Amino acid sequence: MAQVDKDTEDNTPALLLAEYGSPGELLHAAEKFRDAGYTKFDTHSPFPIHGMDAAMGLPDSKLGLIVFPIGLTGTTLAFLMMWWMNGVDYPLVIGGKPPYSLPSQIPVMFELTILFSAFATVFGMLHLNRLPRHHHPLFNSERFKGFSDDKFFLSVESSDPKWDLERTKKLLESTHPTHIELVYDDDEGGADFEPSPQGGH
Amino acid sequence: MSTWNLPIKELGETPLVGEGVTFKSISETVCRVTENKAPRGWWVAFLLSVTFTGVLGLSVGYLFWTGVGVWGNNAPVYWAWDITNFVWWIGIGHAGTLISAVLFLFRQKWRTAINRFSEAMTIFAVICALIFPGIHVGRAWYAYYMFPVPNEMALWPNFKSPLIWDVFAVSTYFTVSLLFWYVGLIPDFATLRDRARNKWRRIIYGFLALGWRGANRHWQNYERAYLILAALSTPLVLSVHSVVSFDFATSLMPGWHTTIFPPYFVAGAVFSGFGMVMTLMLLTRAVYGMRSLVLMKHLELMNKIMLVTGSLVGYAYGMELFIAWYSGNEYEWFIFRNRVAGPYAWAYWTMISCNVLSPQVFWFKRFRTSIPVMFVVSILINIGMWFERFVIIVTSLHRDFVPSSWGYFRPTLVDIFTYLGTLGLFFTAFLLFIRWVPMIAIAEVKGVMPEADPHLNHGGHHEGEHGAKHAPATAEAE
Repeated sequence: MAQVDKDTEDNTPALLLAEYGSPGELLHAAEKFRDAGYTKFDTHSPFPIHGMDAAMGLPDSKLGLIVFPIGLTGTTLAFLMMWWMNGVDYPLVIGGKPPYSLPSQIPVMFELTILFSAFATVFGMLHLNRLPRHHHPLFNSERFKGFSDDKFFLSVESSDPKWDLERTKKLLESTHPTHIELVYDDDEGGADFEPSPQGGH
Repeated sequence: MSTWNLPIKELGETPLVGEGVTFKSISETVCRVTENKAPRGWWVAFLLSVTFTGVLGLSVGYLFWTGVGVWGNNAPVYWAWDITNFVWWIGIGHAGTLISAVLFLFRQKWRTAINRFSEAMTIFAVICALIFPGIHVGRAWYAYYMFPVPNEMALWPNFKSPLIWDVFAVSTYFTVSLLFWYVGLIPDFATLRDRARNKWRRIIYGFLALGWRGANRHWQNYERAYLILAALSTPLVLSVHSVVSFDFATSLMPGWHTTIFPPYFVAGAVFSGFGMVMTLMLLTRAVYGMRSLVLMKHLELMNKIMLVTGSLVGYAYGMELFIAWYSGNEYEWFIFRNRVAGPYAWAYWTMISCNVLSPQVFWFKRFRTSIPVMFVVSILINIGMWFERFVIIVTSLHRDFVPSSWGYFRPTLVDIFTYLGTLGLFFTAFLLFIRWVPMIAIAEVKGVMPEADPHLNHGGHHEGEHGAKHAPATAEAE
């Protein structure tokens, strides 16, 4: 794979990454980027921070819209399955009960609703988050590893319409991060497991 | 301004972690268990558990080879230890979902210290439970008849039977618990990945973490998924043991045919689950030094839940007895008199003393906060809840309507080895979990710390009111 020379001045980084020491500082930095009109920025924290969705100006999660119709599909499929199997294809008369009776189908309809909804929830969440994604420019930063421990980060993608290396950097500096870093995309799927050439300071 | 996870001093609340605990120390305390060498005790326990898992394999193999006659089941006691063990294990599984889902919906933040642990327990307990219905059918290779898959007789399951509802309820419960557990683990696998010091750990935990990067755009959907899963699991967990109780309640057996069964079974399930969580939690907490994360406060709250559910179970026992007399049904009344004073009275009174009497010590704070007392009581609860199922199943069956078909059940060695074998399987899985998976939900515990509140140091005009730092660290010490 072609090795891009990452040290040349004119090469655009994939992201600008700023590090903060506390959730509160990160929240205020996110508010600044929201107010400046940035859309392709994100915050990274070891746990979800209360109020961050509003600080970033995010709309509500769409997950419920995925789960609800799939849950209803589960209910319907359960009903159709039992109606066809016990009522149409092979009617069983047991204990003098009618071959098909709705009340006795409720438990299985309920269980399949839950089962379908749970799958929709988990896979819908992964789909909305575009996960799994094992290769991401952020993983080229050594410092970024601290996000899952006790560090807080804000990343701005260079594909943001408001992106301007100097001005974005200045805005980041005005939020008093403890560290700012340019992160490059290495275009190599496996490189995340090698010591990063420009990682660590 | 929000102070959503600062302890409310006016209510006497204290932080949910011990003194001096930081974000970093949480990662360190939890992750080092999987990173350091296993202590010698772990190996001893593991080898012992694996041995018993082998015993399970042998017992089940012998059962398949010879037939269900190797068990003590007889006419009229067609169900005995097999179903007793099934119900016991399923019940133990209920604490995990109660803690992860019901307490989540009620915003009980203290659950974060124990939820991972008990969710894992749920999954392993349900695996142990699922073995029994599979092997008790006699010809286990026909167990797939329970599922709506085409078979050579072109026959479909009878969906009017509670036994089929049970198949759906328990397998849904297992699947949803597993999904819930894994979703909770994703951020913690990322922590293990980022701490990894060798290539294999980085690859395996990296794979499991799915490339998690703690992005708020992800947390948003993640938290919503967690909420939906909790909302789905809450009715699910109530339904599972209700459906298990339908296996009995919808039959026409005196002693089984009672409407109190669903709530009574659910209360008993939560009760026994907390008993098992407590037993294992006390051991693990001591061995792995988790005292700063699992505080006496958490244990005390669990003891209160056990007191409540134990008393609910006691109420159900009393009500069952009362209704048996009040109904005027002579078969029902006979079965209950037989339970209390018949050949199995020893089992009935073991059940009463373990389940109803022993948790009553938790009315007193002194016992509620005493480790030895709660350990002993939790073991008694495990024993008592096993006897509850034994009493329900065997005493209702052994004296059938016609005295000529009365009998007495005695377990055989194979019964005993199968049961001990499932304990071996449970502990094998549990020890592997402790060894390789973060046993406390790292991200969730961090999230309920006072320091996680974004307004902690930036409250502006609220700063004076609530203090710049969290309430004086008064977390109870042992």
